[in-house]
Amino acid sequence: MRLVIQDNASEVSDWAARYVMRKINDFGPSADRFFVLGLPTGGTPLGMYKKLIELFKDGKVSFKYVKTFNMDEYVGLPRDHPESYHYYMFENFFKHIDIDPKNVHLLDGNAPNLEKECVEYEEKIKQSGGVDLFVGGIGPDGHIAFNEPGSSLVSRTRVKTLAQDTLEANARFFNNDISKVPKQALTVGVGTVMDAREVMILITGAHKAFALYKAIEEGVNHMWTVSAFQQHPRTLFICDEDATLELRVKTVKYFKKLQNDNIGPSDTLNDAHFSPCDGAQGKTQYALM
Amino acid sequence: MDSRLVQFVNCRLLRDHSIVKDDLWVRNGKIENPEKLFFDEKVQADVRIDCQGAIIAPGFIDLQINGGFGIDFSHDIAKVEEGVAKVAKGILAHGVTSFCPTLVTSPAKLYHQNLPRIKCKEGGAHGATVLGVHLEGPFISPQKKGAHPIEYIRTLDEGFQTLMDVYSTLDNVSIITMAPELANAPAVVKELSNRNVTVSVGHSMGDLRQGEIAVQHGATFITHLFNAMLPFHHRDPGLVGLLTSDAVPEGKTVFFGIIADGIHTHPAALRIAQRTHPAGLVLVTDAISALGLQEGTHQLGQMVVEVKDSRAFVAGTTTLCGSIANMIECVQHFAKATGCSMVTALEAASLHAAQTLGIERKKGTLQFGADADFVLLEDDYTVRSTWISGECVYKNPQYNK
Repeated sequence: MRLVIQDNASEVSDWAARYVMRKINDFGPSADRFFVLGLPTGGTPLGMYKKLIELFKDGKVSFKYVKTFNMDEYVGLPRDHPESYHYYMFENFFKHIDIDPKNVHLLDGNAPNLEKECVEYEEKIKQSGGVDLFVGGIGPDGHIAFNEPGSSLVSRTRVKTLAQDTLEANARFFNNDISKVPKQALTVGVGTVMDAREVMILITGAHKAFALYKAIEEGVNHMWTVSAFQQHPRTLFICDEDATLELRVKTVKYFKKLQNDNIGPSDTLNDAHFSPCDGAQGKTQYALM
Repeated sequence: MDSRLVQFVNCRLLRDHSIVKDDLWVRNGKIENPEKLFFDEKVQADVRIDCQGAIIAPGFIDLQINGGFGIDFSHDIAKVEEGVAKVAKGILAHGVTSFCPTLVTSPAKLYHQNLPRIKCKEGGAHGATVLGVHLEGPFISPQKKGAHPIEYIRTLDEGFQTLMDVYSTLDNVSIITMAPELANAPAVVKELSNRNVTVSVGHSMGDLRQGEIAVQHGATFITHLFNAMLPFHHRDPGLVGLLTSDAVPEGKTVFFGIIADGIHTHPAALRIAQRTHPAGLVLVTDAISALGLQEGTHQLGQMVVEVKDSRAFVAGTTTLCGSIANMIECVQHFAKATGCSMVTALEAASLHAAQTLGIERKKGTLQFGADADFVLLEDDYTVRSTWISGECVYKNPQYNK
């Protein structure tokens, strides 16, 4: 595992966005070879999406040859409901970039057969060649996507009933009326994310500190499903100082030193290092009005 | 009509009563919902148009315009189609995408001849949409005739039958202005409302009660508030009192036209009206044939008119003979006099007129599914370009591509 610690949530978003940009650009996607990205929703990644949009508008990254698979979606919520994940992704990300809608995949929480929808989603991921980079967040109860405590660590995409903790955490998006929060969701499984070639988990805020501690300093445990990534060959946790509050000083010092030794001020995450690539906004012709 | 999917970018939109930074999607002359385009159709734009920061507002709607560019709808009978077309084209430069050609009090013969010829017509490169005729008279009060010819003013002796005798048809008619105090008026108002004609009270000596009765029978508009009606009095508010009347049927709004040219309505009166009943305010030009004409003298029908300092005078006198402020000037003056937000000013020129006619799903709005009639504006309301059904029908020569 790599643990990258930034000062605050804003810097975490920045760093994460640049990392995604770098991975896409290093991969050099084309019409025959798409970069497959797994994406989260929620408060934490919002800053990352904003930054990615900025980078796109500056011509530093293009999503023309990128395929995306989102992690989850509520069951039974209309697609254009302000709290649906389709709405979140469209408003906060997709509508501002040059991604082809045909390459965007989200689970359909209103599918007539939910189980079939999940099985087909796994199939689509497989057909795309697998996920190159899966970005995710972590819940206060240590869950990844909607893999609530007790979820199998080898689970696949399926319907999940949401835990009380999750309902409470999400009530703030439904006018603080917990009865309005959807009770079920479709989610990729822990196993599904583990299949990705690389995983990046974003964690910000003191309220996530305990979950981070459980995820990386304790054992692999299905009660804290993010802990499964201890067994993934390429996992990157990015967090802010507040999220480290429950970690041992030794852990924090170790990873901070690693960061400083390997990633100096003139690191490859500097914007200026990247040149615009094909398909980036600078090359599109616009009619002026 | 363009079946390509067009995305207007780098613009601000008037949407849901606020100005937001968002893109506008247009296809087949309608405003499209990008969420559905993305997730259902999975399509991207065929064409992107950079609006360079402009504001996109719904195209303006003028419910009262008597002519312009030398044309007078009530008098240039012989070539009425050409006349309407000329005005329809000329007002595109003012951001107006839909209008109601207005006929002042005229002899029955004129209505019989002309009404069938002023047809409702969808707009385009040829000109703004003709929504329908606004018949301002002849069933008005002789004491409040304004510039209308007294000899053609009529009463409703046989009620609705008289009305039909005079007009001969209600086809192509959107609005009828009448004085509510006339005998048989309430029943006529009701009959017209049942036939989906917007009834407006105006050119009237009526008191508030008479106005309220008309509203209760279906009247929903007041023609140029303050002008050609009794002035507001604190014990006898007159038709102006309809703005705050408690006798308006539940769920109904009384809209009112107001001429904000800086001349016909004192700015203080404009502010009173705007603050009292903002949701009902509809900007109208009530423009005469001299609209759009250069400074100087013009022969208009029987009259010689002098256009000077943006005003129209009876030649050789200081008597004003009607408004010549265009819709943009009205919007600008309205915004300046009331200090209102851009949203308020723009809705007063578009949405409220559409609501008056009950066409607010299609016109006067940028909501999904509405007709793609809109105008690109600068922050000072200068028109950059006007669009109808997604096609650019006017481009301000000051703004080069």
